[in-house]
Amino acid sequence: MTPFSYTRASDAADAVRRGGSGQSKYLGGGTNLVDLMRENIEQPITLVDVTGVSTGIEPVVGGGLLIGAGARNTAVAEHRLVRMSYPVLARAILSGASAQLRNMATIGGNLAQRTRCEYFYDDGGSRCNKRRPGQGCDAIDGINRGHAILGVSSACIATHPSDMCVALAALGASVHLHGLTGDRRLPLTEFHCLPADHPEIENVLEPGELITAVELGPLPVASRSTYRKVRDRSSLAFALVSVAAVLKVDGGIVRVVRLALGGVATRPWRASKAEMILLGQPATVEIFRAAAEAELSDAQPSKHNGFKIELAKRTMVAVLTELSTDRGDISHG
Amino acid sequence: MIFVNGLPAQLPSDARVSLLDFLRDHLRLSGTKKGCNQGACGACTILAGSERILSCLAFAAQFDGQSISTIEGLSVEGVLHPLQRAFVEYDGFQCGYCTPGQICSAIGMRAEVKRGIPSYVTADLLAAAAVDRNELRERMSGNLCRCGAYNGIIDAIIAVDVEVEP
Repeated sequence: MTPFSYTRASDAADAVRRGGSGQSKYLGGGTNLVDLMRENIEQPITLVDVTGVSTGIEPVVGGGLLIGAGARNTAVAEHRLVRMSYPVLARAILSGASAQLRNMATIGGNLAQRTRCEYFYDDGGSRCNKRRPGQGCDAIDGINRGHAILGVSSACIATHPSDMCVALAALGASVHLHGLTGDRRLPLTEFHCLPADHPEIENVLEPGELITAVELGPLPVASRSTYRKVRDRSSLAFALVSVAAVLKVDGGIVRVVRLALGGVATRPWRASKAEMILLGQPATVEIFRAAAEAELSDAQPSKHNGFKIELAKRTMVAVLTELSTDRGDISHG
Repeated sequence: MIFVNGLPAQLPSDARVSLLDFLRDHLRLSGTKKGCNQGACGACTILAGSERILSCLAFAAQFDGQSISTIEGLSVEGVLHPLQRAFVEYDGFQCGYCTPGQICSAIGMRAEVKRGIPSYVTADLLAAAAVDRNELRERMSGNLCRCGAYNGIIDAIIAVDVEVEP
């Protein structure tokens, strides 16, 4: 590991003062960054520990919830308002990693985490356009069973690994940022970038800019929501396909629907095409299937991951069916 | 300064030293094991306060002023912790390499259950989880055992906690 200096920030402004240079990294729970430093993929000169910054989870006046970027994953999933009003978020977080990792990992770190593409990690032996821009991608003609089928480019097919961000995409969350030039906020779905020709640019953070919070708007229908994750083993594994869904059916008609996909795309994937087909239509398996077909119509599979197209469609139909027929959030261990 | 099993210790000057290496190589507390060193196996699980974490993905420098507990801190004057005794009685291990992490993890897990934290397999996120074998398997999934002693591990955890339904 490259030598670095360690410093602890007292608040967001202090963090940005300490970490404003391009050679610095903000340290959250460390569950991804420390591993990447050990592999020499990340080589910061300064680590600014922000685990004590913005750790609160507070209701917003007028509805909604403000989750500090320093809040641990466990604290968010444990929070009564999250469990009650946004079960899709609690269950998405609980589906990720292990309890030990969730006790360490922060919300800000979850947003900023990097792909687990094996070729990205293989610094010694594989080409990767994320690690070395312009070098080429060995995943495209390699073993790509776990890779993306949506939002891919000729430069990169790496999946975004987060479960939590998929739920946040479905909920229409916004991200609060603090940088040298002040504060800004933007929708979570605009925080992560598609790879296009520059897969090394993964999000819109400016140098030194810090994620300070994630805000959930008031969404009463989200109390009827869930997250289903399909993977090779039933725990401690990344998603092959995951679906976050909020659904309100009234008189047999879909009145509100929010859908997002994980495990299949280069960023947390809001399924807008499927939502457009579902809205105002009868809540039937046929309509659910048509919506899933529309969302996956642009899928671009590689050699080994074509199975994800049908798997994603079936998982979408299954989750929508569950939410339209059951009381809402139910177990599917 | 860090407090390990109640005793103060000087933190390393090199910020790169992981909490795991600090425990094993600096303090010679080799009970905490290094398995994958990348957060995927749970062998290095320790307790920070009452929370289970992975010491391989933490830097020792982050724990200035904090208290942690390791497997060495669980027995009192040579008397094993009830979970340690149960692991012996119920064959919760073969080679024993994952055992310190399993036991620290199980102690942290029981605290999480008491706090009412649900798991991915908890049916009702708002109700106290009925902690059956399925729940325990999910909650302990961060600790791998290559000998496959999982049934004994679950038996041992159930045996020491009457609140846990078999």
